[in-house]
Amino acid sequence: MSAARRTDAMAINTDRREITPSLAGRAADSLHRFFDGDVYYSFRRSPVAMVAFAVTLVLFFVAIFAPWVAPHNTDDVTTLNLMNARFPPWGFTDPFGTEGVARFLLGTDDQGRDIFSAMMFGLQISLMVGFASVILAAVVGTSLGLISGYIGGRLDSVIMRIADIQLTFPAILIALLIDGTVAGLLPRAVAQDLKIYVLILAIAASQWVNFARTVRGSTLVEKNKEYVQAAKVIGVHPALIMIRHVLPNVTGPVLVIATLSLALAILTEATLSFLGVGVPVTHPSLGTLIRIGQQYIFSGEWWMTIFPSLALVVLVLAVNLLGDWLRDALNPKLR
Amino acid sequence: MTVSPKPPLLEVKDLRIEFPTRRGILVAVDGVSFDIAEGEVLGVVGESGAGKSLTGASIIGLLEPPGRISDGQIYLAGRRIDNLPYEEIRKVRGSEIGMVFQDPLTSLNPLYSVGRQLIETIRTHTDLSEPAARKRAIDLLGEVGIPSPKVRIDQYPHQFSGGMRQRVVIALALCVNPKLIIADEPTTALDVSIQAQIITLLKRLCSEHGAAVMLITHDMGVIAETANRVAVMYAGRLAEVGPVDQVIKRAKHPYTHGLMGSIPKLSRAAERLVQIEGSMPRLNEIPSGCAFNPRCPKAFARCTVERPDLIPVDRSQVACWLYDQVEERTGSDG
Amino acid sequence: MAEAVQARQPEGDAPLLRVRGLAKHFDVSPPFVTRALQGGGRSILRAVDGIDFEIERGKTFSLVGESGCGKSTVARLVVGLYKPTEGHVEFDGVDLASLATRKAMEPVRKRMQMIFQDPFASLNPRWRVADIVAEPIRTHRLIDDSRDVLHRVGELLEQVRLSARDGEKFPHEFSGGQRQRISIARALASNPEFLVCDEPTSALDVSVQAQVLNLMKDLQRELGLTYFFISHDMAVVYHISDYVGVMYLGRLVEWAPAEEVFHNPQHPYTRLLLDAIPDLEMTGRPRQAVAGEVPSPIHPPSGCHFHPRCPFASDRCRAEVPPSLPRTGGQVACHAVEEGRMPDAGNSA
Repeated sequence: MSAARRTDAMAINTDRREITPSLAGRAADSLHRFFDGDVYYSFRRSPVAMVAFAVTLVLFFVAIFAPWVAPHNTDDVTTLNLMNARFPPWGFTDPFGTEGVARFLLGTDDQGRDIFSAMMFGLQISLMVGFASVILAAVVGTSLGLISGYIGGRLDSVIMRIADIQLTFPAILIALLIDGTVAGLLPRAVAQDLKIYVLILAIAASQWVNFARTVRGSTLVEKNKEYVQAAKVIGVHPALIMIRHVLPNVTGPVLVIATLSLALAILTEATLSFLGVGVPVTHPSLGTLIRIGQQYIFSGEWWMTIFPSLALVVLVLAVNLLGDWLRDALNPKLR
Repeated sequence: MTVSPKPPLLEVKDLRIEFPTRRGILVAVDGVSFDIAEGEVLGVVGESGAGKSLTGASIIGLLEPPGRISDGQIYLAGRRIDNLPYEEIRKVRGSEIGMVFQDPLTSLNPLYSVGRQLIETIRTHTDLSEPAARKRAIDLLGEVGIPSPKVRIDQYPHQFSGGMRQRVVIALALCVNPKLIIADEPTTALDVSIQAQIITLLKRLCSEHGAAVMLITHDMGVIAETANRVAVMYAGRLAEVGPVDQVIKRAKHPYTHGLMGSIPKLSRAAERLVQIEGSMPRLNEIPSGCAFNPRCPKAFARCTVERPDLIPVDRSQVACWLYDQVEERTGSDG
Repeated sequence: MAEAVQARQPEGDAPLLRVRGLAKHFDVSPPFVTRALQGGGRSILRAVDGIDFEIERGKTFSLVGESGCGKSTVARLVVGLYKPTEGHVEFDGVDLASLATRKAMEPVRKRMQMIFQDPFASLNPRWRVADIVAEPIRTHRLIDDSRDVLHRVGELLEQVRLSARDGEKFPHEFSGGQRQRISIARALASNPEFLVCDEPTSALDVSVQAQVLNLMKDLQRELGLTYFFISHDMAVVYHISDYVGVMYLGRLVEWAPAEEVFHNPQHPYTRLLLDAIPDLEMTGRPRQAVAGEVPSPIHPPSGCHFHPRCPFASDRCRAEVPPSLPRTGGQVACHAVEEGRMPDAGNSA
């Protein structure tokens, strides 16, 4: 960018400051507003929310940086050694007299994978699938709910009837159906590669209805408010009214549902993986780890299944508590 | 304040209502004192947020938490009622003070017939038998102008129109012959033609039953038609208290004066209405001294520093330093 | 901008807005399944039932009436938020029904704006004031350069006696009266000639109402605006209007110059409304007890809707809908007035 242009841009910026602060100013202002706002206040007053947030943050951190923080790279199959299989956790002795070693803090599984490291990588997969499916469900559900509520009429009926039908199938069943269909239609190798995307699609399919219904409800309320009528009188295009006026005012509940759905999505993924239709065994998620471990639980080798289960419980609990708090914080009427 | 041998029916002394919030304590009502004589109608006017409804709610112990009375006393017929335990104040509320709210729909239980609500209220506070209470309920409904009360008594609130519902609420308030009725915006939710009916009714009933009324409203017209005396509130404080004709026609406080001028009138077409600049301060930014001083056309140095108390002027009491000086001057003159 | 208004002015003495036989019916029937199970047909709410009036350029025409009389529906029909069931709305000689698409509507949109009742609901809580006020400018691309847009927004805010710096704030930082000013600034942003004001002051305190009414009068003088004003408050209407129409259950029972309506009311309902206003002057005028309530608009009385509450009702009133007949400066729809059965209006307020 030439110097002249740059000064020009700055001139615009300073000029604008008269009425509107610059983009950076706005961002700083928004941040200030957030920390000054009711939501942050309610957060600071809720120890449960703070602990839940801290736990979630740690788990996220661990998941994202698993390749760097995990003591062993369990993702790389070539590093595995069957000699290391079925070590108990450090400080424990298994029913066959094997003692745990510090190298494998939480023990190893039947492939010789370090449980502690495998959990970190598993967490990564679980969170990735959870997030992706929730984002997909939120985008689809919010759009359909917005259109359904704002436009109404026949389109509304069609979308809502599809949602009703969707609700009559349990999430697991939908996932199994989609999974089965894809496995049947595509060649095995391709299906294996696509497995994780199919999983995301399947979980999202079972969750968009929640978003659609809630957004439609809020949209019906918002669209009769006078600011929407004012926009109509001004002559704003209906699509712009939906996106710029209605959407920002219905995002509160979407955020709450998204958080609660995340917990549910992680659980669904774990369930599917436990049933063996989830992510491939080569990249185990928490659910897969639990499945592998449960074969050995009756022979007294409990660590393989207990630790991944605990991690799953803690993660889902933390996310759920966070969602509950968010719902209360954003809906003062419930307080 | 006139010194009478009998204590006034209701006496409020230095009432202060606070709301603790995370940004500090908000004082919603600050040092309000007034009294109501037996059979008198006291109008309490003020703009939204002036603290008039809170004052009414605090008298009958219906202040919503976290709001609390932090100072002052309230006496009903000489008995202190602001510090009574819940059960006691509930009895006072039913038997000695009646309440009429703005929205008649929310003050009636939609699941019970009108008659059942009336009869229950009557029986809670008197020894009347069921049939006697029913008879009294029918009489009351007739008295508040509900046609064919014998049929209507078994109907549900939703079967009544807005005006009729407000009549039922008034009947409910009158059930046990209270000495005082607190009416909080009783006509605001109603249409003009119905408003007039309700005002007339309220006036007639109170004089017949000998009940005093604290009429809380923002509508000066309603006050002019109904009240004997008026208390004008501004930012949680009393600005002026006086006989109704005095306050309406010869308002002393600059705020009352501006308020009266800002009301459009049918008698004369004015090109512009008198306008008080600015708006009432939020509770967290009430200015020092007189709360009205930043908007007051007659404010002077003292107003920004010292808070005025009610000063007797003519037949009114006015919280304004203007009259402190006038008093001194007229005192030396005469 | 003043020039633009001037330029449009000479187009003649033709009224700016002409409403003919306007009607809006709402289907308030229970859902089909309920109807089929419980019997009972459709119920139609005749919110507006055939009304005619005209608004002259630069004048204020007000509609008064009690809740449920259909006055807000008329406002929404006039700005095109509702499509009329019958009748026409003509703006500057153009029938709004002929403007089928949003594109065709655009030139009219710019010239006609609306101010709403609830200052808390009429501004998008997530938008900054500057963006709210700029919305009509950006929608119609009236100004291209973003700096100029902000400059214009500042001007508009100052025009409604706010400061240009207020544009940075969000609506919740303002009081009810200030928000109503923001609403007015937004309405003025596209340089309209015609403003529809739906109870713009009824949610405000009296002292703030005075500020807004004064502002509206000033703006009308400065910009040559034409107002269509909806209110239930007779005193406010008297203060602001040149012409007043009185509505009862979807019909316009009387309209005339304000002075005429208030000091020489013809229709019995107009007289009732005037009589019901609390007497601030405390003249001790005996108030006529007004009986009855507004009937349900779904099942309105036959003939003249007002006959059950009217002290002058005859058999003809119960059977026949009264036509609108000329009165001094306007029209009135009443059999009693037509037959000369009405006593003189002695109760002018």
